[in-house]
Amino acid sequence: MHELSIAHSLVESAVEAAEKAGARRVTRVQLRLGALSGVVRNALEFGYEITTQGTLLEGSELVIEELPVILDCNVCHTQTTLDGLQTFACPACGAPGPRMIQGRELELQSIEIDVDDTVYVDAIPEASLALPTP
Amino acid sequence: MPSRLLDIRKAVLNKNDQLASALRLRFRAAGLLTLNLVSSPGTGKTALLERTLRTLRESGHPAGALVGDLQTDNDAKRLARSGAPVRQIITHGNCHLEADMVAAHLDGFDLPALEFFFIENVGNLVCPSSYDLGEDLRIVLLSVTEGEDKPLKYPPMFNSSDAAIITKIDLAEVCEFDREAARANILAMRPNMRIFEVSAKTGAGMQEWLDYVLQQRKGR
Repeated sequence: MHELSIAHSLVESAVEAAEKAGARRVTRVQLRLGALSGVVRNALEFGYEITTQGTLLEGSELVIEELPVILDCNVCHTQTTLDGLQTFACPACGAPGPRMIQGRELELQSIEIDVDDTVYVDAIPEASLALPTP
Repeated sequence: MPSRLLDIRKAVLNKNDQLASALRLRFRAAGLLTLNLVSSPGTGKTALLERTLRTLRESGHPAGALVGDLQTDNDAKRLARSGAPVRQIITHGNCHLEADMVAAHLDGFDLPALEFFFIENVGNLVCPSSYDLGEDLRIVLLSVTEGEDKPLKYPPMFNSSDAAIITKIDLAEVCEFDREAARANILAMRPNMRIFEVSAKTGAGMQEWLDYVLQQRKGR
């Protein structure tokens, strides 16, 4: 099970991007996961919950977009989306070397962050805080 | 509190991938062909490597190796008997090697003096498939004692490998190993993949494997 270490890398990247953007917290993380990425969704979700604790991502939602393998055949020029992972020859013509154009993704797509627009009381000049005299 | 959507589109293992690319450049600049050996535990990576290192060395082709292991340095000790420079990476329970572990263990190797560099991954057919180590070739091993359908159970590993070795071929008959089924399953995962049938014990098939390794370096 390497999903914990994958989750760690994911959280690291997301935190880095969030901090750069001045985020208060991250509310949602969108991930693209190819069928041939070698990563198990459930294990990753479990790892995510653990590794986000105590970070800007704590409590955020992990949205995983699962991507099937798509083969592009250089012989018959057919693009096929694979249902499973039990054969990688071109399903249309049987040629052995189709190019894989989707299926290996393990990609941080986007994050949704809360940014702070609160004006702190300490930032307001004292005079304007004075209570109106009755 | 206002929220914003930040578009990132970055590989999660970006840091590993970048480091692996840098390693690949470094290995190639030193004139090395680098091979990452992957398999389940007990397939015989170390036995194959021991014989490979020894034979390459005896035929004037110096090779070195890095060996990953969860806890022990037994494999490195074994491999050192071949006379080749070998170092152990103990992962302390981590189930795969990452590029930074490889980078951290290269001190002490005289890379330009070598022609081949082998990285024996941790025995595991799942996790190592996600991590590029800067190798030129990923070689997946399957032993005749494991069952012919193993490739179908581990598509990411077999699909991402460049060649396959069926090991312990001297035991094929005893195990009633169905070679044709195994070959068909490997080819289903990666059509056109080169397949070797080898016994590191008897030496059967070793020459074909070594010819391939030598050829691959020449071809680059």
